[in-house]
Amino acid sequence: MEGKTLYQKLWDSHVVRSESDGTALLYIDRHLIHEVTSPQAFEGLRLAGRKPWRTDSIVATADHNTPTLDWDKGIVDPISKLQVDTLDTNISAFGAKAYFPFRDERQGIVHVIGPENGATLPGMTVVCGDSHTSTHGAFACLAVGIGTSEVEHVLATQCLMQKKAKTFLIRVHGELQVNVSAKDIILAIIGQIGTAAGTGHAIEFAGTVIENLSMEGRMTICNMAIEAGARAGLIAVDEKTVNYLEGLPMSPKGADWVAAQNYWKSLRSDRDAVFDKVVEIDGGSIAPQVTWGTSPQMVSTVQGFTPDPKAENDPIAKQSVQAALEYMGLVPNTPITEISLDKVFIGSCTNSRIEDLREAAKIVKGKRVADTVKLAMVVPGSGLVKRQAEKEGLDLIFKQAGFAWREPGCSMCLAMNDDKLESGERCASTSNRNFEGRQGTGGRTHLVSPAMAAAAAVAGHFVDIRDQSLK
Amino acid sequence: MEKFSRLKSVVAPLDRSNVDTDAIIPKQFLKSIKRTGFGKNLFDAWRYLDPGEPGVDPEEREVNPDFVLNRKVYAKARILLSRENFGCGSSREHAPWALIDYGFKVIIAPSFADIFYNNSLKNGLLPIVLPATVVDEMFKAVFLKEGYEVLVDLNEKFVQTAENIKHRFEIDDFRRDCLLRGLDDIGLTLSHAEEIKRFESRQKSQQPWLYK
Ligand code: SF4
Repeated sequence: MEGKTLYQKLWDSHVVRSESDGTALLYIDRHLIHEVTSPQAFEGLRLAGRKPWRTDSIVATADHNTPTLDWDKGIVDPISKLQVDTLDTNISAFGAKAYFPFRDERQGIVHVIGPENGATLPGMTVVCGDSHTSTHGAFACLAVGIGTSEVEHVLATQCLMQKKAKTFLIRVHGELQVNVSAKDIILAIIGQIGTAAGTGHAIEFAGTVIENLSMEGRMTICNMAIEAGARAGLIAVDEKTVNYLEGLPMSPKGADWVAAQNYWKSLRSDRDAVFDKVVEIDGGSIAPQVTWGTSPQMVSTVQGFTPDPKAENDPIAKQSVQAALEYMGLVPNTPITEISLDKVFIGSCTNSRIEDLREAAKIVKGKRVADTVKLAMVVPGSGLVKRQAEKEGLDLIFKQAGFAWREPGCSMCLAMNDDKLESGERCASTSNRNFEGRQGTGGRTHLVSPAMAAAAAVAGHFVDIRDQSLK
Repeated sequence: MEKFSRLKSVVAPLDRSNVDTDAIIPKQFLKSIKRTGFGKNLFDAWRYLDPGEPGVDPEEREVNPDFVLNRKVYAKARILLSRENFGCGSSREHAPWALIDYGFKVIIAPSFADIFYNNSLKNGLLPIVLPATVVDEMFKAVFLKEGYEVLVDLNEKFVQTAENIKHRFEIDDFRRDCLLRGLDDIGLTLSHAEEIKRFESRQKSQQPWLYK
């Protein structure tokens, strides 16, 4: 019998029952909840007179709507306030294992607080009403984003109805160039395979480059597995995983810690496991990446150019390149390094962890944000990240350079709070989506790594950070 | 959930690929804590010329005359035709809610984003995958003939065109059954409560830390 993939192992260990058509009822170990996708789920529970099945699986926080300035003033926008208050009410009515409300010192982006508190553990099934739940797969969890009806379903039954995904292995081998980071890897992968390649698949990332990444870097990769169309991203457990989790507030303790480690070590694909699809990537050839269009696959290396629709033979592709360039206010064949920025955003569940802030700080240290940049902001992923950064003096580096240093939350990643782009404004952003209007109606987003965003803030335009000796 | 079995309707053509959920319902409308009322802001940025904000009466807004759904012939369309990767992007369930609230019952496309596909079925909106060539033919037919209609039969799993050609489509038996009967998932799962409890006690003995 051939070996099992990591996905298969996680799947098998959570099947409560299978239907004849291949649908299974999967047991859910961790349910992460935030204010945007949960109100209707709790409303549904109430309407049906149901109760949550297991509240100690719930970890909740408010992140999407929370302001990043003037926390003492509370939430001014009445609609945002209503969502956050509704979460408060629901959690206090129903209960949770942990709740990090607005202004709590451990509040933060749901995909940042889960791992950093040890709420995300290897071997778990993790769900959240948010597509970037794939982030948690960096810990060898089966982590999937779900919709609000499914949030209600998990609340009421602790289970999720799932169809088994196909398996897709992406192996990144070799060694990265200087100042090339996890974000560049995942953008390069998406650029190569496209945003639909992962549809119906769970992508496992492996290879020396992935092994050499920190847990933060691995989370960045899995975070964007969804932008490659995959429902889940996965990375095997190794020593780094275990070391990261040791001593975190919700990690197992004592005898459990020993038993857990033993179990976790089995959470990797067997040598002879067969994947439905395999792609090999040469990590050494990956350059810093910059998206130029309105889909993450519309990406170029920093030394590249915006594409020319004329070069496209396929009429649909031609039209989509043209439309994207138009929306982005760019002309064909523009060198990426000549694109200048109005704003810079360092944050989001893709790149707002301590390592991301360290990398950005290294670049801006002793420099100034260019005069042409109207606003450069750093939004830490959580209260814990923020405090750690302040302990290391990173906040000072940013502030002295002219960056705004903000309170944690999703912020300008999706512009549900006051942080947004004005129409036509161009932004270098470390987030994960460059869709039309994502960062504000008419806003233009270029996805980049934290170091690339930092360098762009200083120069006022994109620069090839491999030219800088920073490591 | 409303039952669905057969539907004949005008087909509204949305000739774009990668229609993402933010285009379906822009994020400024997600702040509601209810499940209904999103239809008036469906495709907001395409449908109106002024920027949409929550709470504004659609009657007061500047309608984009060029946007396909604003054409009178599509006012009663219950079937939407689009291109590949429909519903990509954010997992917001507001997208199917908005499509349903607007009045759509069926979306036909060559492919759908996974989460959107599932969210739709759970809410009684039927996503139908047909081969790209068939979809292309349908677009041509729709553009050729004002008010082009098709018939969708979920029971028999086909779409029948005005030319009486039947295109079969695939759908999970389980999902089809739920839609046909208008069955709610939660009640169904809770009927297996004993199995869930058995799973828990087994897992608890193997991985006790998950329960502390
Ligand atoms: S940071 Fe952005 S992508 Fe991440 S959870 Fe928040 S809104 Fe979603």
